[in-house]
Amino acid sequence: MPMPLHPFVLHRPDSAEEVIELRSALGEDAALYAGGTELLSAMKMGAISYEHLIDVKRVPGLREIFDQDGSVHIGATATHHEIENHPVVVDRLPSLAKLTHSVANVRVRVAGTIAGNLAFGEPHADPPALLMALGGTVVVQGAKGRRSMDIAEFCVGAYETGLREDELIVEVDVPIPPPGSVATYMKFQVLERPSVGVACLGEIHDGRFTSPPRLVIGAVDEVPRLVDAAAIDGADIQDEAGMGAVCDAASRAVDPTDDLSGSADYKRHLVGVLARRVLRKLAGEP
Amino acid sequence: MSARKISFVLNRRPQETEIDDSVLLLDFLRDRGLTGAKPSCEMEVCGSCTILIDGLPFSACTTLAVEVEGRTVETIEGVARNGELHPIQEAFVERFAMQCGFCTPGMVLTAKALLESNPDPSRDDILHWMEGNICRCTGYESIVEAILSAAAKAGTGDG
Ligand SMILES: Cc1cc2nc3c(=O)[nH]c(=O)nc-3n(C[C@@H](O)[C@@H](O)[C@H](O)COP(=O)(O)OP(=O)(O)OC[C@H]3O[C@@H](n4cnc5c(N)ncnc54)[C@H](O)[C@@H]3O)c2cc1C
Ligand code: FES
Ligand code: FES
Repeated sequence: MPMPLHPFVLHRPDSAEEVIELRSALGEDAALYAGGTELLSAMKMGAISYEHLIDVKRVPGLREIFDQDGSVHIGATATHHEIENHPVVVDRLPSLAKLTHSVANVRVRVAGTIAGNLAFGEPHADPPALLMALGGTVVVQGAKGRRSMDIAEFCVGAYETGLREDELIVEVDVPIPPPGSVATYMKFQVLERPSVGVACLGEIHDGRFTSPPRLVIGAVDEVPRLVDAAAIDGADIQDEAGMGAVCDAASRAVDPTDDLSGSADYKRHLVGVLARRVLRKLAGEP
Repeated sequence: MSARKISFVLNRRPQETEIDDSVLLLDFLRDRGLTGAKPSCEMEVCGSCTILIDGLPFSACTTLAVEVEGRTVETIEGVARNGELHPIQEAFVERFAMQCGFCTPGMVLTAKALLESNPDPSRDDILHWMEGNICRCTGYESIVEAILSAAAKAGTGDG
């Protein structure tokens, strides 16, 4: 049974700078708090407790979504619900709009933020795989200023990220795929979170893969895995041998373990199946 | 402990109150006698604790009470007006969309939020939006029918 929350003080800073000052001053006694969908759950279970929560949701300017210089900029505190319905995302990154629409349930989408999703480092998550395929970056700010990390640098392990102690995520930047390329994400799920999620960005002209697609397997290992898809570079989309080689490479790219979302063998099998489906989808099949 | 004075609107009535930062919204509401929202899974999965904040559904079991500051909260107790059931409630009655009734407050509020943003949802829209509300009596078909019927009635200016 969940217990009442261990008492804490909620801080509501007005700027990213103030968040950073509070973080530096309070150290490990404090956690950043956004939608609370992960944090409050873990606190209710008694898995973690803090003396201070620093609310990032009310910081002005951290929530905007806009399109500039070939990328969609998603503010850290934008919720899944805002992202899935935002005209810029729907128009420029339909694969992300669709993915976000399938995250959790409507209440979690209404409260949960993109930054909270990434910062928690839960391996069974949807966005990291697609963000990696699309070449997205996580922009963070700390006492020494801003820096950005790609998803491979940011996702370090289960519940581990590249964030330093004084840093917060301020934005997630996602390059808009060039004309002629297609991005897609498919998942298989039996519990609340994905068992396997496969994302792909690829370009096809005249029935050929014009470059190796960026195929990424999420939710299986602690971090998303980029698959070597060189076997279909320049290949015909009907090239079954090439396609089979890439799906095998996908199954070998992960090192699954048995857990509630499936046995290791089953998940490895699913990876191959979903990899084939996303590649087929790229080739225009439903 | 750290108490904070907040003002918000609860079921159309402005409120001012003092709340500790670490109190959960579900406990806060139930302690005031608003027991329509119910604790069950306590992990944002089942929807029996659903309330609306600014018209959108939240799991009160995993929301801090102080989050309602400056916002508008609706619980099932505020849905009927002047003794008249809301059209969605009426549709639930007409379609027998409840058995034990445990999930019903959450179902009605979640459906209300859907119809406010999407007055003419498809069956698939309804299934997707309602996915996070679990009916332990498994009466899903009649719940979907009730929502479709409430939408259709509103559409014909009849509801
Ligand atoms: C029932 C359920 C189902 C779910 N299903 C899915 C699913 O299908 N797919 C999926 O991907 N996810 C799923 N989730 C995870 C969901 O909680 C996250 O997607 C959500 O976005 C977390 O965001 P939050 O704002 O609630 O984070 P919080 O709980 O507020 O914070 C989470 C962590 O991020 C840190 N943090 C928050 N904001 C920042 C910031 N700006 N900078 C740095 N650190 C920050 C916090 O300190 C904390 O450690 C599910 C969750 C639940 C409860
Ligand atoms: S009790 Fe809150 S979602 Fe189940
Ligand atoms: S009517 Fe019994 S839980 Fe839904």
